[in-house]
Amino acid sequence: MTQFLQLLFEGVSLGATYALVALGFVVIYRASGVINFAQGAMLLLGAYLISWMAVDVGLPFGVAVLAAMGALGAFGAGFHRVALRRVVGQPTFVLVMITIGASIAVSAAVEAVFGDNQRLLGDPWGSSTFHVGAITVTWVKFWGIVVAAVALAVYFSFDRFTRWGLAMRATAGDEEATLSAGVPVGRVHALTWALAGAMATLGGLFLAGFPSAPAHGLGDAALRAFPAVVLGGLSSSVGAVAGGVLIGVVEVMTSGYAPSWLGTNFYAVAPYVVMIAILLVRPYGLLGVKPAERL
Amino acid sequence: MSEPLLSVRDLTLRFGAVTAFAGVSFDVARGELFAVIGPNGAGKSSLFNALSRVYEPCDGAVTFDGRDFLRLRPRQLAGIGIARSFQNLGVFPALTVLENVMVGRHHLMRAGALRGGLGLARAEELRHRHAALEAMEFVGIRSLADAAVQTLPYGLQKRVELARCLAMEPRVMLLDEPVAGMNAAERAEIAELVARVHAERELTLLIVEHDMAMVMKVAERILVLDFGEPIAIGTPAEVQRDERVIRAYLGEELEVAA
Repeated sequence: MTQFLQLLFEGVSLGATYALVALGFVVIYRASGVINFAQGAMLLLGAYLISWMAVDVGLPFGVAVLAAMGALGAFGAGFHRVALRRVVGQPTFVLVMITIGASIAVSAAVEAVFGDNQRLLGDPWGSSTFHVGAITVTWVKFWGIVVAAVALAVYFSFDRFTRWGLAMRATAGDEEATLSAGVPVGRVHALTWALAGAMATLGGLFLAGFPSAPAHGLGDAALRAFPAVVLGGLSSSVGAVAGGVLIGVVEVMTSGYAPSWLGTNFYAVAPYVVMIAILLVRPYGLLGVKPAERL
Repeated sequence: MSEPLLSVRDLTLRFGAVTAFAGVSFDVARGELFAVIGPNGAGKSSLFNALSRVYEPCDGAVTFDGRDFLRLRPRQLAGIGIARSFQNLGVFPALTVLENVMVGRHHLMRAGALRGGLGLARAEELRHRHAALEAMEFVGIRSLADAAVQTLPYGLQKRVELARCLAMEPRVMLLDEPVAGMNAAERAEIAELVARVHAERELTLLIVEHDMAMVMKVAERILVLDFGEPIAIGTPAEVQRDERVIRAYLGEELEVAA
């Protein structure tokens, strides 16, 4: 039982981080139909910027995190403005290819600037822990849950209660009609990229926390959140969160309980197994909606 | 008569070698209910799309309230007072009726996301909400405020779209085949609603429509297109008597070549 609770806590914490990353995919996909393959690179860049500002510049850690979120938000909006607005009207495939190119370029730039060694994250928690009953709680995993919960609450209130949130949802429904109603749709898209950048940074922060560190493999972690996006339903924010938590728990539980004949790294495969199983039953994901077709 | 609100001169649109319409000229006066009709393929929808800045005309000029309309971008139209509806419905299916209509208020809102998000713009929000509800009241869907639009029948969804257009506080409404795909009862209701919008809101309306009966009932003046060319313009009575219009709609007997 103790082991189960221990793994459950760690799974939920990892899942909360995945939820942020998955939501980053969904926010952009919902508005424009583009799957942003640069999400991992943005996450990597965000983690390195936090590390640089906290360790090298010496800013207080919270300030470093907020500044990195702001920087990545600006990066996302700027990237949309410079690279994607020019190809409006091209097939979605073209935009997706551009995000793949950006992913390679950003990862290479990070390596060129920061070198290829692991860095220190600069977080005040390190590997410190506290105990709840028999469960060992690392502070970084605890904060992972708290920060993700706050970020998700802020996002969902923004989406639900502000006019720009309404504009995002309208754009997802019918872009041409949104434009005709006087909403600057280009700015809405830029906003989704900024939000995705900020969320990627928070994802990077916790994926780079103990026992990991800011290193080049971080970008791949975004792809581990991808099954969460797909099984939640590509265009559902709530689905992304549910999918993220589910995948996190599955991954950690598998690493704890999988029999040895499955191999030591089976936990990395398990999310995809779950994803495929769910898609067999619900082809549009847990909360995705089958697109209506007019006959 | 004062200067027209919308003035179209020799407007021409071609796609490669295919001419969608050519040499179309007409004026729409302030407060007028003007309709464009024509048989299938006459160029009505192309003309509508040129006037809503979706297609770029090859030639000709359009002025709106004294300014060069063809230099405006689609997203600027709302700001100068032009609202449009879509032939295949331009609504947001997953959003509620009230949210759909509130989107039409976006360009009138001033408070930034931050102030709005923190609830500091309550007075402004209430004002916009009130205006949206009032537009919904006008088209008769106020009681459906919290219903998701995708759960409503087609005719009510059309009313949601019209309410959003009204909520934009436009000076002109462009309606693209507002009764397309409706049954007779729905068509009559929407025709009656359009006539009320015109009478009570003092709006200028430009309707492109396939349905003769509706147009004859509500329009003050009509432009008839056939194969991309204007063949008649005038009041419903005048247009109905026009030889070329009758021929375009009923066809003429072909003379058998010897």
